[in-house]
Amino acid sequence: MGMTMAEKIIALAAGVESTKAGDIETVTLDKLLSNDGTTHLTIDMYHKLKHPHIADVSKLVWVVDHNIPADSPKTAASHKKMRDFAREHGITYYEGEGVCHQVMMENHVCPGELIFGADSHTCAYGALGAFGTGVGCTDYLYAMVTGTSWLLVPESIKFNLHGKLRKGVTARDLILTIIGRIGANGANYKAMEFGGEGLHTLTMSDRIAICNLCVEAGAKTALMEVDDIAMDYLKEHRREPKAIVHSDADAVYYATYEIDLDEIEAIVAKPHFVDNVVPARECLGVKINEAFLGSCNNGRIEDLRAGAAVIKGKHVDPKVRFLVVPASRSVYNQALKEGLLDIFVDAGAIIMNPNCSVCWGACQGVIGEGEVLISTGTRNFKGRAGHKDSFVYLASAETVTASAIAGEITTADRV
Amino acid sequence: MSNTFKAKIWKLNDDIDTDIVLPTEYLALKSVEDMKPYAFSPLRPELAGKIQPGDMIVAGKNFGCGSSREQAPEVVKALGISCVVAESFARIFFRNAINNGLLLIECPALHDAVSEGDVAEVTPGEKIVVNGQTFEIASLPENLMDILNAGGLVKAMRKRNGLD
Repeated sequence: MGMTMAEKIIALAAGVESTKAGDIETVTLDKLLSNDGTTHLTIDMYHKLKHPHIADVSKLVWVVDHNIPADSPKTAASHKKMRDFAREHGITYYEGEGVCHQVMMENHVCPGELIFGADSHTCAYGALGAFGTGVGCTDYLYAMVTGTSWLLVPESIKFNLHGKLRKGVTARDLILTIIGRIGANGANYKAMEFGGEGLHTLTMSDRIAICNLCVEAGAKTALMEVDDIAMDYLKEHRREPKAIVHSDADAVYYATYEIDLDEIEAIVAKPHFVDNVVPARECLGVKINEAFLGSCNNGRIEDLRAGAAVIKGKHVDPKVRFLVVPASRSVYNQALKEGLLDIFVDAGAIIMNPNCSVCWGACQGVIGEGEVLISTGTRNFKGRAGHKDSFVYLASAETVTASAIAGEITTADRV
Repeated sequence: MSNTFKAKIWKLNDDIDTDIVLPTEYLALKSVEDMKPYAFSPLRPELAGKIQPGDMIVAGKNFGCGSSREQAPEVVKALGISCVVAESFARIFFRNAINNGLLLIECPALHDAVSEGDVAEVTPGEKIVVNGQTFEIASLPENLMDILNAGGLVKAMRKRNGLD
């Protein structure tokens, strides 16, 4: 029986010839990402071990991104604990470099790898054909100490992409449409695998945005076929694949969807669930207080270019705060070089340092009682961006920027 | 039947996400004890204060969706919740709960059959009896039960290595 990409990567990591959905395998992890959301808890547990030990320190990558710069003595203490531990043990450590998944994509992820991240959006790495999955800090600790973990081999759902997205429609609209269709637990415990000729029309930035959001359908991981575009990205970042795997023709899927990219339109996910999606045109006129362009989902140079193209020569509505947050230092640098930050600043936006920002509802930019945020972030759960009685709408960089100009939800072709 | 216990039910709906279980702004508090009053606060601010040790939660589908924050199952466990029964659980929360010694039970039919305040009799791995109805429940795999019974993954490892 043929294997899926997920089965092949797990088999490689488990050192077995083959495996199948439903099997439990002990795997050796290729990389282990952790950020300041929970690393302090991992360190506390580590010190409680009788014989604390790191199996392979070269596999660890730690990123401070959730609360940087520290906004209180408590987070400063948590960062200090993480920084001191990383230095003492020689762990690869980033602080101020960007949102962890963007940092991982730019510097570490290789096709065929199996990566645990103590963050739910680790599934982003599928854009490079790597099996990334989110775990908690206890699973992380176990993997850090032993170098291994156990995994239930997931069933896979195949999404065959056809055609090409229309102008003004983005990869984010595509993945939100898919999540709306299959539901917030539509891929629970499963791998979402993307292929088809339409995949080759998508940039790496598009692919990261799609894979990153798959956890919002409950997915354990997301995986995309590695093509020339992925290989070019890898070369540009001076890395080599661990392995390039393809699903076999007779691989078994839980379900298969055929997606026509030409039929996708601009989408908004309404409060308080990511699968609560409607066409953006059905939300026109909803007044907003804040707009956010950033996050591991949509803070790349392509997103800033898209936003800048919409807002150039126009101005943010005076009743709106528009936060623009590049996802990494390299994105920030590139935006500087291209003059994009000038465009945003001239338009009245607030530019912030690379960090998770209001996407996770800590740090600066949180919203108050009754306020409405339109966001390129990952989630719109109740209270996610600040006060428990506030409202988050998710949309693309274009729609978010257009809404910042209008002071209400609108699409780029309307401003 | 020696491990049968009785528990009062608190009822929640579908898609209870980890930002509901414990909002971001309380993650930086020093200990899980400090976080307890804020569990479920965006949805039901009064709930954490009413939960008594031994009570149980009955929820709909996709309980624990969202973030990988381990403080979520930790705070539920710290409130003394004996088990969470749901139609289904999100996978990261599922692993995190087991790793922290919080018993999770999948039982799709229970949510519609009970009201808040009902008292259920739970026999892990066998059945839940409530309002005269019996619901069969599956047992978790043995390796996960070992982790649960030890009180979590770290404790299970210590036990396996003869440290405790």
